[in-house]
Amino acid sequence: MFYNVSRRVLLAIFAIAVIVPSSIVVLGTFKKDIEIYTKPLAFPKHWSLTNFYNLIHQGNVFVPFKNSLIVAFFSVFFTLLIASMAAFAISRMITVTGKVLFLLFSLGLAIPGQVNIIPIYLLFVKLHLTNSLIGLILVNIAITLPISIFILTTFFRDLPKEMFEVAGIDGAGLFRTYRSIALPLSRPAMGATGIFLFVICWNDLLYPLMLITQSDKKTLPLTLIDFRGEYATSYSMLFTAIMVASVPMVLMYIFMQKSFVAGLTAGAVKG
Amino acid sequence: MALPAVAIYSFLYLYPAISNLLYSTQRWDGVTKAQFVGLHNFKYLATSDDLFHKIVANNFRFSFVVVILQTLFSLMFAIFLLKNTKANIFLRTLFFFPTILSSVSVGLIWTFLYNPNFGFINASLKAIGLHKLALNWLSDGRYSLYSIAIAQIWFHTGQMIVIYLAGLQQIPAELYEAADVDGATRWQQFRNITWPMALPTTAVVVAYTTIQTFRAFDLVYAMTQGGPMNSSDLIVTSIYNMAFGAYKFGYASAESVVLVVVVLVITWIQRRTLRVDYGSK
Repeated sequence: MFYNVSRRVLLAIFAIAVIVPSSIVVLGTFKKDIEIYTKPLAFPKHWSLTNFYNLIHQGNVFVPFKNSLIVAFFSVFFTLLIASMAAFAISRMITVTGKVLFLLFSLGLAIPGQVNIIPIYLLFVKLHLTNSLIGLILVNIAITLPISIFILTTFFRDLPKEMFEVAGIDGAGLFRTYRSIALPLSRPAMGATGIFLFVICWNDLLYPLMLITQSDKKTLPLTLIDFRGEYATSYSMLFTAIMVASVPMVLMYIFMQKSFVAGLTAGAVKG
Repeated sequence: MALPAVAIYSFLYLYPAISNLLYSTQRWDGVTKAQFVGLHNFKYLATSDDLFHKIVANNFRFSFVVVILQTLFSLMFAIFLLKNTKANIFLRTLFFFPTILSSVSVGLIWTFLYNPNFGFINASLKAIGLHKLALNWLSDGRYSLYSIAIAQIWFHTGQMIVIYLAGLQQIPAELYEAADVDGATRWQQFRNITWPMALPTTAVVVAYTTIQTFRAFDLVYAMTQGGPMNSSDLIVTSIYNMAFGAYKFGYASAESVVLVVVVLVITWIQRRTLRVDYGSK
């Protein structure tokens, strides 16, 4: 009895704690600032799309949205490609090399990527890769490689060995086996890992913050931060920008919930 | 086939990590010529830099609060939501929702909630007559760090619930059935079945949360930028400010070497203690 009551109460509290802030943001996108301050949870007096219109009109959300999309897409694509090739090779190598390589990449799991901000910055200044989307993509690939290789290697190791041996007998080389057998089989694992990587790249703040200063190269998290300074009091614009920035994640969450949750938790467990 | 990965990883991960060690022995403003100072940066960090000591203490406090509460909450809610009923599945989806937002969004939303004048939290507290509890959540140095910790817990508890659910669903139902037959109370079942059986999962959750809190940057940067008076400064925010605010690249590198050491030591201690715990049960 006591258990059931407290269970319900606690669940209700957490549910409210999630629903209330989300509703304030969603409703706020249709309101004027003053309405957000005085009645944050009320329905807007007039449902108006003025905020969205202003945001698009001022043009400072479309470009970062496009930049974020480009950076996230190419980072994920190349990381998955490079990591899956490496992971497959490592999982097929029974020699010492495989173990050494695996250890080498595991080392990257132990060193937090944030530690490298200074050397990466100095290196990128030298290579003229600051204020460049390619620079951001390279950083993302480097940071997410260890965890991706780790997740995918464990996946490839669990596949039945016989399949690959048969392919070998039939004369398929390592790359052919990877392309025709391993890749098709790993679609769910790649999907989950890909979503996990996409979330990381889409949300990253630290590296863009130090590598990007030009406004036409900014990604969404940077733009959101700017809103705080630029519109110190305009929460209506800020909420609208947050809404726009969250749309891809929310869509992915709705339509690919299983892979989404699997990816984010695999990243946590393996990391 | 592993070649592209090895190349990128060596060039953009290992090489920077090693040059970081090199920078940490230098005094360098990024413009004039770097000056080799040996271990001086570390000596100064360890003995004379009171601000850095405060920041490390902040980070430990932040980690402690977040790890304890987030683990407790996620275990509790995972137990509450274990059965696959429709309501439970809906609540799991709802609780996971904050995880899909970006950290900057979360930080800025909470900045609004915490606003002392028109923020939702103080407005609600005042509405029910609790004027005394309407604090300056982010601008009072006594509360800023913990206010950010609450946002962090709100952000990531849903993700940890999912990890716990996966762990709890592995526990054989027969154990609980047998306990029911023996007339064990709910608390006894938790203590003697759920807790020991879930220990490996707890180890994962605690380890992940700890690392996450020592990497924390985004929320602090979005909410307080470390202020007021460095009361919510964490190690990574301090490295960032030292390098890109004060242009002390060598010194900032030394701080990041300290961060690696702290993270490695904590990981090692946790692996040991949690493994021993598990073995003895």
